Amino acid sequence: MVDTNELLSLDELEAAGHLRTGRKHVLSILVENKPGVLTRVSGLFTRRGFNIDTLSVGPTDDERISRITLTLDGAQNPIDQVTKQLHKLVNVLKIKDLEPAETVARELALFKVAVDAQTRSEVRELAEVFRGKVVDVGRRSIIVEVTGDRSKIEAFERLVRPYGLVEMIRTGEVAISRGREET
Amino acid sequence: MRAVDALMECLKAEGVEVVFGYPGGANLPTYDAFVDAGIHHVLVRNEAGGGHAAEGYAKVTGKVGVAFGTSGPGATNLVTPIVDAMMDSVPVVFFTGQVRTELLGTDGFQEADTIGITMPAVKHSFMITDPRELPRIIHEAFHIAGTGRPGPVVIDLPQDLSKVDIPYEPVTDVHLPGYQPRTTGNAKQIRQAARALAAARRPVIYAGGGVVAAGASDELRRLVRGGRFPVTTTLMGLGTYPAPDDLWLGMLGMHGTRAANYAMDEADLICAIGARFDDRITGKLSEFAPRAKFIHIDVDPAEISKNIPAHIPIVGDAKQILARLDAEYTAQDADASRLDAWWQRIHTWQERHPLRWEPAADGQIKPQQVIEAIHRITGGDAILSSDVGQHQMWAAQFYDFPEPRRWVNSGGLGTMGFGLPAAIGAQLGDRDRTTVVITGDGSIQMNIQELATIRQENLPVKVVVLNNGYLGMVRQWQELFWQERYSHVDMNTYGGEEASPDFVKLADAYGIRGVRLTEAATFEDDLRAAFEAEGPAFIDVRVVRDEKVYPMIPAGEAARDMVG
Repeated sequence: MVDTNELLSLDELEAAGHLRTGRKHVLSILVENKPGVLTRVSGLFTRRGFNIDTLSVGPTDDERISRITLTLDGAQNPIDQVTKQLHKLVNVLKIKDLEPAETVARELALFKVAVDAQTRSEVRELAEVFRGKVVDVGRRSIIVEVTGDRSKIEAFERLVRPYGLVEMIRTGEVAISRGREET
Repeated sequence: MRAVDALMECLKAEGVEVVFGYPGGANLPTYDAFVDAGIHHVLVRNEAGGGHAAEGYAKVTGKVGVAFGTSGPGATNLVTPIVDAMMDSVPVVFFTGQVRTELLGTDGFQEADTIGITMPAVKHSFMITDPRELPRIIHEAFHIAGTGRPGPVVIDLPQDLSKVDIPYEPVTDVHLPGYQPRTTGNAKQIRQAARALAAARRPVIYAGGGVVAAGASDELRRLVRGGRFPVTTTLMGLGTYPAPDDLWLGMLGMHGTRAANYAMDEADLICAIGARFDDRITGKLSEFAPRAKFIHIDVDPAEISKNIPAHIPIVGDAKQILARLDAEYTAQDADASRLDAWWQRIHTWQERHPLRWEPAADGQIKPQQVIEAIHRITGGDAILSSDVGQHQMWAAQFYDFPEPRRWVNSGGLGTMGFGLPAAIGAQLGDRDRTTVVITGDGSIQMNIQELATIRQENLPVKVVVLNNGYLGMVRQWQELFWQERYSHVDMNTYGGEEASPDFVKLADAYGIRGVRLTEAATFEDDLRAAFEAEGPAFIDVRVVRDEKVYPMIPAGEAARDMVG
């Protein structure tokens, strides 16, 4: 006979899968450096209806392995499903859902701002405050390079937009975990 | 040796006995290698037939099926079997020919981006760029297809590379750092599951195709019988628990039994094993099994909490996990009488709502009675290879399967045209067992050309068409949910005349004995005679035209809202 005190009461069980986390996630994905791997990753997102915010791909210190850094919104995407489905791709070696507090994340952006003789110096000053670099100066425009986390880049964008933002491009975040441990 | 000769060596090393395919320009080298390979190659009449035949072979034997097609249209014809194999987790390696490498990307003759087209629907795929890698890749493909959660793997082989002379050495190991399926379930979770089962007052065991794939039928039976648990299976899991049986509730889902669906609805604990809470099972997700906690056992971690959040997830091989779960449960020494009230409730449903059909008043044949007759004639021991539609549901409902790997059908994708070619593979996988195609007049015409393959291979497949002159399942939906506005479901009449092909003559043209059955009173004797005669048979059974599959959970509704 079973002692009911030892039994696991069904009421005690809580669902394990929280389907939406509600915050931004940065996934660091190590993949084999082979043709078509990025297509497999991005195709999986399309097929499962997941939405990528940013994605960047680059080599690692091992030439056989590339790193994909991918950001997505946990309010709209079931992160648990995303990582599990990614794990099923044979070319995916490792996935890390980086903890925001334990992560250094950087993005590079180039801003082409419309300026005239008067406003040029104002924009240059703003760039200095953001530790940005002026990489090109023309008669009617100026290009500023800014590096930082997402909020810094978005803040800079807000400030230069009133001058006339001709064009802007962002790389998407790359990220690495703090401390000795490997990402 | 040439890369294609190495390919044949690899197939033999993998123990491949039979393959299915169709030659063309880009795979001429491969077909040249078949001449001396000593491998049984079945020439199908459409690549899709070859793909489904490979699936049928894999489903019956549990081994990896193999299909070949050429580039371009050969490969695109394989797309349906590839997706089908993905949906039903069938281990098949597909070899497609490809144009010469210098033509790649130039829209060459019979060029298609096979890797690109199939990418969202494969477990994995390989484009051969260095012929020396071919042997290793073939073994990797077999390993990926057949282990973990099984699935299709595509190997695309450009014509020029397939002729290259390569040094061949047998490959003894595969190295896939990114592919390591988990097999052993977490011991703590298994113990927790055992305790939850012991605490449950209204448990249901819900088993799916994963139990078939894992070969875990014996372990499932021990757990169910040891705990006196009510057990149901999905369409894909039929046979894992023998029917009929005291603990067997019948299939669940859209056309499952009321007892199975009501039991899920009222359960306090559902133990899902190798099943994926498909929409045909759950109906309206928010109202599915509202009182239940879930144990979910699956080899694919991505299935856990995909549709239904699992309280006790266990990832791994069902065979190992069920054996350990059974032992842990036995150790709990739970009082079996705690389930008495639950069983009483279930018995009430079973008595009140058995699966049933009424004989037709005018002496016509009811489709359900044909399935029952086939069960009697074959002693319940046949392989049934089904197409998709009403006949599929009637076969699932009325043919009690005593063992797994006897029921071959397209569950996830629902591919009409699957049944006939799949039966070719099934029969070749189990030559001594009666193999029956259950099909309709719609489905059979989607791949009817494979009758020629059956004839050429001299396979004693019995094809039974439940012919109602309609696309019956679509018609049923139009009748029940679209105000009887029938749109393009009548396959039988044109200008008031009968327009259906004469299947008996058609079978005759293929060199297969055909017979037409129309009378409920006498059909079984003729059916038996057709089954007992040697060789293949094509049996056109004219059934009541507007018979519907019941019971039914209307799409998007809850189990307790079953109709019929």
